[in-house]
Amino acid sequence: MSPASGRLLWRSALLLCALLLALPVLVIITSLFSPFGPAWDHLRETVLTDYLTNTLWLVLGVGMLATFLGVSTAWLNACCDYPGRRFFDWALMLPLAMPAYIIAYTYTGLLDYPGPVQSALRESFGWGYGDYWFPPIRSLGGAIAMLALVLYPYIYLLTRIALLEQGAALAEASRSLGLGPWQTFRRVTLPLVRPAIAAGLSLVLMETLADFGTVDYFGVAAFTTGIFRTWYGLGDLNSAAQLAALLLLFIFVLFAAERASRGRMRFYPHSKRPPPRIPLRGTRAILAMVFAAIVLILGFALPAFQLSIWALQRWATTDTSAFLSLVTNTFTVAAAASLLCLLVALLLAYGRRLHPRPLETMAVRVSSMGYAVPGTVIAVGVMIPFGTFDNWFDGQMRDHFGVSTGLLLSGTLAALLFAYVVRFLSVSLQSVESGLTRVRPAYDESARALGDGPLRVLGRVHLPLLRGSLLTALLLVFVDVLKELPATLILRPFNFNTLAVRSYELASDERLADAALPALTIVAIGLLPVILLTRSQMRETADP
Amino acid sequence: MNQPPLAGRTFFALLSTLFCLNTAAQAAEVNVYSARKEALIKPLLDQFSEETGITVNLVTGSGDALLTRLQSEGRNSPADLLLTTDAGRLYRAQEAGVLQAVASETLNTAVPAHLRSEDGFWYGLSVRARVIVYAPDRVQPEQLSTYETLAEPQWKGRVCIRSSGNIYNQSLVASMLAADGEAATSEWMKGLVANFARPPQGGDRDQIKAVAAGQCDVAVVNSYYLGGMITGGDTAEQAAAAKVALFWPNQSGRGAHVNVSGAGVTKAAKNHDQAVALIEFLARDASQQWYAQTNNEFPIRPDIPVSPTLASWGAFKGDALNVTELGSRNAEAVKAMDRAGWK
Repeated sequence: MSPASGRLLWRSALLLCALLLALPVLVIITSLFSPFGPAWDHLRETVLTDYLTNTLWLVLGVGMLATFLGVSTAWLNACCDYPGRRFFDWALMLPLAMPAYIIAYTYTGLLDYPGPVQSALRESFGWGYGDYWFPPIRSLGGAIAMLALVLYPYIYLLTRIALLEQGAALAEASRSLGLGPWQTFRRVTLPLVRPAIAAGLSLVLMETLADFGTVDYFGVAAFTTGIFRTWYGLGDLNSAAQLAALLLLFIFVLFAAERASRGRMRFYPHSKRPPPRIPLRGTRAILAMVFAAIVLILGFALPAFQLSIWALQRWATTDTSAFLSLVTNTFTVAAAASLLCLLVALLLAYGRRLHPRPLETMAVRVSSMGYAVPGTVIAVGVMIPFGTFDNWFDGQMRDHFGVSTGLLLSGTLAALLFAYVVRFLSVSLQSVESGLTRVRPAYDESARALGDGPLRVLGRVHLPLLRGSLLTALLLVFVDVLKELPATLILRPFNFNTLAVRSYELASDERLADAALPALTIVAIGLLPVILLTRSQMRETADP
Repeated sequence: MNQPPLAGRTFFALLSTLFCLNTAAQAAEVNVYSARKEALIKPLLDQFSEETGITVNLVTGSGDALLTRLQSEGRNSPADLLLTTDAGRLYRAQEAGVLQAVASETLNTAVPAHLRSEDGFWYGLSVRARVIVYAPDRVQPEQLSTYETLAEPQWKGRVCIRSSGNIYNQSLVASMLAADGEAATSEWMKGLVANFARPPQGGDRDQIKAVAAGQCDVAVVNSYYLGGMITGGDTAEQAAAAKVALFWPNQSGRGAHVNVSGAGVTKAAKNHDQAVALIEFLARDASQQWYAQTNNEFPIRPDIPVSPTLASWGAFKGDALNVTELGSRNAEAVKAMDRAGWK
């Protein structure tokens, strides 16, 4: 195959794939062209302002708190050395395995007015209701804390690897030119890892905007609650889709702004040798340890402990064989979806590297917007075109051949997997793209100059260099699918349940203790990829 | 380099497997879309399969999502039966044209007229009552009478209720719109919101726990949550439930607000007779008794015996309003709640 036709093939494959994946999002966006119904007058007059302000605060709060937690822990673990660092290296990833709505349930159980903490306070001090102030867990602030505690690992993960990969040379140059360690961090290191922070942060923010479980349980009237209220409460799917479309536009503008501000800055690693660590001693070492420990305890250990207690209480009543099929189902879809996501992300990211033109860039952006869309909305966006196609095809077959094909796609695992790819492509894409940006274009050019086609260059140059990023992409999506609930709930075939579905069904019936075992299993299965991930990162960066 | 082609082959192999998995067709079966959680319905469905030899295939999910799925699948939908946990969704399904009328003498006898659609599009299968729970050490039952009086100033800062996003509250307001009219209901909600002890949050069990812990004195909840706390085997919940008492509101008037869980046969049903057989099975006495025992809900007919827990709350008068009205007034209720500032 000549290089030119190879390029054309990539290009058409990219555009076709992007179009297909953008379909659900486009279905949502086209709702903007249908008339705005009377529900809008009502929304504007009553609740829309609340939705907007709450969502804005939520995004700001989660963004700031998660960035603080993620960057500070990443810096401690990549640039410093303190006792227990190797443990925290991987342990700080653990909260990623914890679904936000589950952590919300457990903290409510602990910290709410009737919970053990406040009850103990009342008993020891003889207080009654209204005698003392305690931060209300079910509030906007509570939702910010919950989301930041389980989402910061995205920033931690990407920032830590970027810090390790930036190499020692630049930092050493900065130090030799007279800047202190702190100034070097602020003026040299931080700008270098900014793309990584931004990539992590964008995942965090999209996940925040798509969250329904937490804000709903805490009674925070955010945009997602509004979408569901309009759909379920007012029975107006079209206005709900219009709300979701507005959310999408907002996200699009947000990320366009971030990209524009980053401009054409590109950073490539200078050496495989990681920068020397700052050894922390005495009080500083203890402070570092305590800080890492607090983050880990709040984001993982405490809720996991509470879940274990609940799970043990209910151990006797668990049906083991049914439970095993839940585990198998969950594992299968998570593995299949993460593999699919990786292939698609590779196709799109590499295709865009070959053709960094506006059309390709736009196509990739739109097709990866699903991450910010609540799973339920994605599910509707998948359901409608698939159902339309199935019924159209069935009609054609009936008319011309007298056979009914029924539903080919709707209600199949294929539809569910497609929805997962739409929803989580962004995760693998961020990882693959941020890996690709660290591969110098000079490598591509040299390899191509030697006569290799794009596919061979990808296979022989990029894939080996990208191993770490590919694994990250694979495992992050795996964990995300493990936790995914709303799309699974709507699109799954008959008699097909996952751990998240089971856990949610019980929790939403306010049977938290019964929900604990499946929830804990999600966490436990999620641990495996998380540990693999950090292991490989350490090898990848030659980190001792 | 042959990695991508290999991966591509794996991908297509995977996809084709998935399609094969999906086309497992069987002889006697009935396909159910259920808004009722699996744990709350599966044992009964298993029993049905055992007795009749009809396999039951199940997908659970939220009522609206299942309805949207039914609509997008159209005439090819595999679903034969739609099970929901409230009348509003059944009404919406009927309006959307995805249900078909069923003529069954068995069902017309088993299900009281106000708990089913007039033309047989759907049938109620269990009754869920929304009640007042109170702290007996701070509230005398004589102080309580109706939902309406909870808006009186004496309850300032003492009422707990969950958010207006909740379907049970929406149905309650819909029933009040039907009984008291728009103006009076809006006025009532403003008073109620002013009496809230805290911003609406959590589920019904949380409201009961808040009453037990002294955060508020009265709460409006569905009775089966209290039943679930008593019989659920969690000691902390049992202790909380022991600190509250149940009050049946509006007994001298229209009766306590009730909603139903129910089922309707889909228009696309390919297993029509099996679907009808399943509804009839769910409506018969033994199933009704199981429902009431397991879910702490009330059977559709008062002559069916209930569990000791439910019996201890005494007999009650339920609102005889046809539950269809709860569905047709749902959007109106949500809008009124938004205007009253009920979060």
